[in-house]
Amino acid sequence: MITFSVIGKSVAMVDAAGKTTGAGKYTDDFSLPGMLVGKILHSPYPHALIKRIDTSRARALDGVIAIVTGEDAPNRYGILPVGHDETALAVGKVRYVGDNVACVAAVNEEIADQALELIEVDYEPLPAYFDAEESMKADSDLIHENRPNNIEKDYHHVFGNPEKGFAEADYVTEARYLANEVTHAAMEPHSTLASFEIDPHTGKRGRLTVWSSTQVPYYLQHKLSLVLELPMSQLRVIKPLVGGGFGGKSEIIPLEIITAVAARAANAPVKITYTREEVFWAHRGRPRTIIDLKTGVKNDGRITSVDCKVIQDGGAYCSYGVVTILYSGALLGALYDIPNIRYDGYRALTNKPACGAMRGHGTVNVRFAFESQMDEIAATLNLDPAEMRRLNLLKPPTVTANGLRVLSYGLPECIDQVVTRSGWKERRGKLPKGRGLGMACSHYVSGAANSIIRSDMPHSTVNIKIDRDGGVVVYTGASEIGQGSDTMTAQVVAEVLGCSLSRIKVIAADTDLTPIDLGSYSSRVTFMAGNAALRAAEDVKKDIVTAAARRMNCTPEDVVMRDDRVWKRGAASTRMGAISSPAEVSSGHVDGQILRGSVLQTRKQEGSKNNMSFEEAVVSAIDFHGGLTGTGSYAPPVEARGGKHKGAGVGPSPAYSYSAQVAEVSVDEETGEVMVHKVWAAHDCGRALNPVAVEGQVIGSVWMGLGQALQEEMIWKHGLLMNPGLLEYRSPSSVESPEIECVIVESVDPEGPFGAKEAGEGSLAATIPAISNAIYDAVGVRLREAPFTPERVLAALRAKRGMKKIEMTEGVDPTQPKSFREHGGSLWFRGKGPERHPEDPARHGAAAGGAR
Amino acid sequence: MKKELIELRVNGRTHELAVQPNSVLLDVLRQELNLTGSKRGCDDSSCGACTVQVDGVPMLSCTMLAASFQGYEIMTVEGISDGAGLAALQKAYGDFGGSQCGYCTPGFMITVRWLLANNPDPTEEEIRQALSSNLCRCTGYSQMYQAIRAVIEAERTDSKPELAGAKL
Repeated sequence: MITFSVIGKSVAMVDAAGKTTGAGKYTDDFSLPGMLVGKILHSPYPHALIKRIDTSRARALDGVIAIVTGEDAPNRYGILPVGHDETALAVGKVRYVGDNVACVAAVNEEIADQALELIEVDYEPLPAYFDAEESMKADSDLIHENRPNNIEKDYHHVFGNPEKGFAEADYVTEARYLANEVTHAAMEPHSTLASFEIDPHTGKRGRLTVWSSTQVPYYLQHKLSLVLELPMSQLRVIKPLVGGGFGGKSEIIPLEIITAVAARAANAPVKITYTREEVFWAHRGRPRTIIDLKTGVKNDGRITSVDCKVIQDGGAYCSYGVVTILYSGALLGALYDIPNIRYDGYRALTNKPACGAMRGHGTVNVRFAFESQMDEIAATLNLDPAEMRRLNLLKPPTVTANGLRVLSYGLPECIDQVVTRSGWKERRGKLPKGRGLGMACSHYVSGAANSIIRSDMPHSTVNIKIDRDGGVVVYTGASEIGQGSDTMTAQVVAEVLGCSLSRIKVIAADTDLTPIDLGSYSSRVTFMAGNAALRAAEDVKKDIVTAAARRMNCTPEDVVMRDDRVWKRGAASTRMGAISSPAEVSSGHVDGQILRGSVLQTRKQEGSKNNMSFEEAVVSAIDFHGGLTGTGSYAPPVEARGGKHKGAGVGPSPAYSYSAQVAEVSVDEETGEVMVHKVWAAHDCGRALNPVAVEGQVIGSVWMGLGQALQEEMIWKHGLLMNPGLLEYRSPSSVESPEIECVIVESVDPEGPFGAKEAGEGSLAATIPAISNAIYDAVGVRLREAPFTPERVLAALRAKRGMKKIEMTEGVDPTQPKSFREHGGSLWFRGKGPERHPEDPARHGAAAGGAR
Repeated sequence: MKKELIELRVNGRTHELAVQPNSVLLDVLRQELNLTGSKRGCDDSSCGACTVQVDGVPMLSCTMLAASFQGYEIMTVEGISDGAGLAALQKAYGDFGGSQCGYCTPGFMITVRWLLANNPDPTEEEIRQALSSNLCRCTGYSQMYQAIRAVIEAERTDSKPELAGAKL
């Protein structure tokens, strides 16, 4: 058995002290001399033509340095090459309440706010679309002229023979499921600081440096280059600490481009930090989704065929939408063995903020439908839901019907773990009235095997520099966003080099310093950047080992790097697993000796040839090789890149994580309130490189799923978001958060770094259906619309008993939802919104730009 | 608005500052004193990221006028440790994963410090109640409880907290 010294040990994040002392810097914590504050004017209309913008009165205000509008940077961009439909600021047309119209750069926030009031905009309102199914019927006043019927993209996939599969089935069921819209609500509002410098040779404006709260510095550099018409080499993007991403910072957010455009116009550094309300408008969260799902099974529970139609309400811009709608279909595969699949996916445009990638990208809402329907089938056929899932397991290594390669597969053990720990067999169905257990499973990619920008470039590259001081500097483009990216990188390198963590300094996510990396999204960092770090460390280790072998008169194969020293095999310390500080195993160097060179070194070490300090080995290697650097990169293997059909690029991954969960809930039948008592979550992460971090990711995912299951939803009225605040958009507080028991399952993936796979997203999707299945077990109602708010649960309970329908849900029974409703059927909040919304009572009497 | 001269005592040091009467404490701390540990998460006192202690009581600096707090002892997250090492609570949050992205952490540090100062042996329920003034979007709070319990345990047994890797 391999024993590791750093891998598999719970260690504090390498940046933990900065976070707990307040010393760590996030983008908004930076300022520059002469820096201006930027403020953005947003559209009060969901869909309107801009007839005229007059900024003259605002420009006349003392302290206003620059005002920019769409004409100042009209180049189109978008995160996907197929979806370049955004401009920094609206050009000719606004498409949602909150769309970006103009930006003021002023000496302080107060003056910038005053200036916004003085900008006059004449709008000509257009008919607007708020419901995806309605929007898809549109033939005029399209949101984007080149998208007929307001459909961003549709896909129609057939794998195997679905008709034959249904014909062979003993039992077929179908239903419609709805999942309302949710958003990341990361604690840090987006922030960007942009500053140009003067080129010494031309004497004109030259390079631009941007500090931004981004998950992907490289994509930001790429899109800034498109919009500003600057070569990428003239752009430097630096990612300071990021206060949570969850996908919401994985693409280019309007302020990131607007800040740079404003800095260019103002000839001064500009910083823009969103207000919380603006964060909600920037959005890019998980779309409202309609899932029409049909499943066929044999009497024993074996799935024969699945037919799934998904409509996503994508909002006003493409964003990651094409990828989201593909994930929804692609990840029907790779969890269970489904021989026949039909998938029809529609990404619709509506006049609301754009939806994008959010934790569990594209898979979560479909998984809610799928796992719920499995539970329904199990109930009808009188099967144990756990047994039904076991019956439909994949037999890896395998390639699924839709072309996904699965190697490591810890799902069976995940199911065993939660079944045992929750007392599933003994307790299910025997709990007191109103209390129940529910089970569900989920999975997720460990990074996408195909990058969104098609090329042959590696997905991750890591460079390492070691110098005579014995310090190991690791350069990675991977983005630490709180998930532990920097710590993982340091651990992998420390393990390979047999050195302590304190020796390692990680320089990350700075496009001038670090090699290109596709950043932190689709749970790719551990697998891809981790593999690159592993290869870089092995590359540099090779040089240390050959030099050390020469010094110790042995073959390189007999050199062992361990416990912060370099040993001749057989002489290695027996203190296995100790993580010691460099001081502890001090080599006895005299100050200055390292720099004075190898002559003294050689003399000093004569007589002691069976081990040496890390520093001595490094000095020997530099003297021998003339420098000590290593580089490693990772690109997913061709076999993992999926099939050939249209849209096959999304879904394939070198490895998939697996999760099984059991939730225990009780339902108050008088109020409809659901209380989750405990969730047992088993997650197969391949190998846990840092167990405390894996546990944190799994618990965090389950907890976020819990929010979507019970209380989080974005509530709309006429395209106006009614709850754009952290009190109104209710993510669970500590009093509402149950105990979550996390079980780490290690399937040891053959291609992952030390066998590791993803841990940060895969567990989220199972939580929602686990809770809905538990509600069914508790009170016998099947909720097919998420979240399961008290109003919905009560409406379902009353419908079941044939009682009077409740007004809050407009009489709709959430066990059989048909379409989304304005106001969502939730009265958690009283609602608030921008005062300039045309239907806001506060606006009446004010000068209007034309009422709708 | 014309600025006025005020005196603020923050983390044991007195600062003479010219601020507008409508300046909120959070902005003065972050922009005038460069104490950027306190964070702005919501603008409307709903998230707790800006929590500071005023005469030992946690308060939300994003909705407090700076000029109203002359003569009070204000403590920000920067004042928790002595600069030479981490306080036990800070160490425990790192070791047990109580902090992920870290943006909410300064607020939690202030809130938990107040809790433990006033109730050295809180029940699980009391910890949950105390923490409900602060939102975290990463952790689901579970690992924070482990960190807090480790600090309480270390305090009770009067042992030097040996926290690293204690879990798992």
